Amino acid sequence: MYIDYKLKGNVLTASLHGEIDHHSAVIARTEIDTEIDRVKAVGLNLDLSDISFCDSSGLGLVMGRLKKMRASGGSAVVLNPSERVEKVLRLAGIDTLMPIKKEELK
Amino acid sequence: MKQTPVNRFKAEFPAKSINEGYARMVAAAFVSQLDPTVADLADIKTAVSEAVTNCIVHAYRDKEGYCPIYISGAYYADGRVVISVRDKGCGISDIKQAVTPLFTTDPAGERSGMGFTIMESFCDKMSVSSRVGKGTTVRLVKKIVRP
Ligand SMILES: Nc1ncnc2c1ncn2[C@@H]1O[C@H](COP(=O)(O)OP(=O)(O)OP(=O)(O)O)[C@@H](O)[C@H]1O
Ligand SMILES: [Mg+2]
Repeated sequence: MYIDYKLKGNVLTASLHGEIDHHSAVIARTEIDTEIDRVKAVGLNLDLSDISFCDSSGLGLVMGRLKKMRASGGSAVVLNPSERVEKVLRLAGIDTLMPIKKEELK
Repeated sequence: MKQTPVNRFKAEFPAKSINEGYARMVAAAFVSQLDPTVADLADIKTAVSEAVTNCIVHAYRDKEGYCPIYISGAYYADGRVVISVRDKGCGISDIKQAVTPLFTTDPAGERSGMGFTIMESFCDKMSVSSRVGKGTTVRLVKKIVRP
């Protein structure tokens, strides 16, 4: 898995690519948290459009980042998950905790 | 009457997180022989990933040395696939509680207690047998039918 970042104002978009399992989630969470702190993000977009596999560790990764953003008064959004990834997220009711947004990909 | 499988496989590997990907690829490669739909194959990969991850993060949580995970699979003439994931770890004292949605013993590790729920909803049948101090076996059953 790899991640690339874009910053617009104080909103950080982290685009995740590849597979999210426990192995990659452990690495991703430290990496994303470091970037959030470095740019002092107030909003976080987790772009999951290029995630080809996601299990419960992906839930943990998303919920953990939401918690972190909220703890500092910020917010987080999930962007463009595939149908498959969305199914896993909805099973845990993530859609009731944070927005899952779908945008036209440019 | 016990049916004989058309084909079967077995694999053993150490409880290292890098092997989560290996385990689901092995299972997927095996099940691919049945020409499953993309969705069915993804269901199996996800369920196997959950079972194997649980061995790594829970079963062998405090263990040192070689920690084996055993995965075996079989499929039958009617398209039924059975995959078992077994560990020799700490075991589960209360299985009913463990399979309850959102129950986790490891919230600090960013776990959300959804693994068993995902296995249940992505397979036709999921069963757990466990002995404290001895280990746990998770059995996943899914029927693969080609539309
Ligand atoms: N192989 C195992 N050995 C010992 N305990 C286990 C095993 N598998 C599951 N458990 C116990 O059952 C609980 C529930 O497992 P489940 O997979 O549903 O959730 P989780 O692993 O805690 O979180 P998530 O899977 O959402 O990341 C675990 O927290 C753990 O206490
Ligand atoms: Mg789990």
